Amino acid sequence: MTTPILSVRNAVKRYGQVHALDHVDLDVADGEFLTLLGPSGSGKTTLLSAIAGFIRPDEGSIHLRDREITAAPPEQRDFGMVFQGYALFPTMTVRDNVAFPLKVRRRPAAEIAARVTECLALVQMEQYADRMPQQLSGGQQQRVALARALSFKPQVLLLDEPLSALDKKLRADLQWELKALHDQLGVTFIYVTHDQDEALSMSDRIVILRDGKIQQQGAPGELYNRPRTAFVADFLGKSNFIDVSVSSEADGVFHCQAKGAQFEVDAKGASASQVSRVALRPERLRLAEPGQEFLPATVKQVSYLGERCQVIVTHDQLGELLVSCPTWKTGINPRAGLPVSIGWDRDACVPLTND
Amino acid sequence: MFRNSDKMRYWALILPALAIMVTFYIFPVLGIWEIAFTEPTTGVGNFVQMAESSAVRTSFILTFRVAAITTLGCLILGYVVAYAISNFAGKLTPLMLALVILPFWVSVLIRSFSWIVLLGRSGLVNDTLRDTGLIDSPLRLMHNEFGVLVAMIHVMLPFAILPMLTNMRGISDAYVKAARGLGASEWTAFRQVYFPQTVPGVMSGALLVFVLSLGFYVTPALLGGGRVLMISEYITYQIQEFLNWGLGSALSVALLIATALVLLIAARFVNLRSALLERK
Repeated sequence: MTTPILSVRNAVKRYGQVHALDHVDLDVADGEFLTLLGPSGSGKTTLLSAIAGFIRPDEGSIHLRDREITAAPPEQRDFGMVFQGYALFPTMTVRDNVAFPLKVRRRPAAEIAARVTECLALVQMEQYADRMPQQLSGGQQQRVALARALSFKPQVLLLDEPLSALDKKLRADLQWELKALHDQLGVTFIYVTHDQDEALSMSDRIVILRDGKIQQQGAPGELYNRPRTAFVADFLGKSNFIDVSVSSEADGVFHCQAKGAQFEVDAKGASASQVSRVALRPERLRLAEPGQEFLPATVKQVSYLGERCQVIVTHDQLGELLVSCPTWKTGINPRAGLPVSIGWDRDACVPLTND
Repeated sequence: MFRNSDKMRYWALILPALAIMVTFYIFPVLGIWEIAFTEPTTGVGNFVQMAESSAVRTSFILTFRVAAITTLGCLILGYVVAYAISNFAGKLTPLMLALVILPFWVSVLIRSFSWIVLLGRSGLVNDTLRDTGLIDSPLRLMHNEFGVLVAMIHVMLPFAILPMLTNMRGISDAYVKAARGLGASEWTAFRQVYFPQTVPGVMSGALLVFVLSLGFYVTPALLGGGRVLMISEYITYQIQEFLNWGLGSALSVALLIATALVLLIAARFVNLRSALLERK
């Protein structure tokens, strides 16, 4: 990584006995779309608040390029911010909202007017400039909030669950737009969310937090395909977990023993002594007629989702496993009580480290 | 609209209160209007006399001035209190609210008398100032407009605080945070983002205090000592001392109309419905 635009060093924030941030180190590259992902209470919002300057970490430091900003008030950090619930100022028109960051920076009036028009055009909201925020729909308010955050050309944009108040379809549309905007402007985005789909669809890099600590970070595909802990495997997408013991290892392949089954698992860099569990994505499981695959099972429940079909099967010793298969090529017609067989490829299993 | 049974229920709930209001308020008020136009002779004589009297004019001007200054004082002090409670009290909020409401448990009469004990010639304030050698002879702190204003502001303060507090507690702290995150200093964020949102609360507080102050009697009468004759006390004089029911009633009618005018003018600037009725 070249010199990071923002770096957090050893940040600690305690609330009583609870560590909201527990020695967090984070570097953000210039122009990156970075997502802080975690369940509520994981510290992601605390970390963003510390970066934005709304809270001060008890220990550690935050640097913006070469400048230490740990103790700087929020208005001196020059970050664009988009808030959960947008926080558009209800007493100002859309135009004045977008102009606000420029006005407090005492830019000349002509420049403000031009820049406001430009930013509203960027989010296709020009025709709403004279409306009040209350007269706009959630999605429109979201766009205005974005225009307002970008109006003064910040180097870094902080987004705190900006899509959480919108309905599912709109959220999906705005994900595309946000990503396009990011690519178009080259601004660094630091994005907080608890929604794994948002994180996966937009980010260059995802940082997964839990109990104030960074659990794992990496590109979306890397995290999805190679989670290191059960927490990550379960939080990012769905996973089946199988307790195993590694009986032998050869050429990067583990021979695993599970209750009532034995199979091979690609080591993927894990060391045999640490592995006691593997994760298996539901979409990597195959469903077939009895005898065709290596594990016999019985269908317990079927959930039809249109493009996909989710099937819960039970195996005598392994218990319940979730299988997700495309409806157009299931091969069999699963229904409750049907005996089937299931199988998977060697590289479908991900060995997990104890967390 | 209403279904029949709903309508019945509506009236059944409203009627007792309505009956009390009509019998003991509307009806007597109409009686006062009648007296104003009939005593001692039928006609507008009382109003002519009122319009020509410089004492009445002085009293009206005084009443509006005292009400205006009281309102201003209550707004400034009340805004600070409401702001502090809604933004910084945290866990202490219920206690603070209780302290704001506590004065309502003590009668206005007692609160006003307490001010006499404090502000009198040999009251606590003057005694303390003399004992410390700051003054030689006692200051005139009451039986003048100053004393009336001090006590009025004290009595009216909760009426200013409560609507402002309700309004401020409804303002999410996200707005100020957003403003600061976008580059505004604390003061700019307050002035341009927070304060405009509190204007409805300020307006309803102002209206409440001003209207109540216009007709206030006990406190000005006690602290003014007969020297600060606000209109309600003037009316009492006319009726109790001079048995001049006609002029007294005419003044009441005038005060009522003046108050109604204030509300009408205010309605041009404030949404009265939301200011006085539908507080969130």
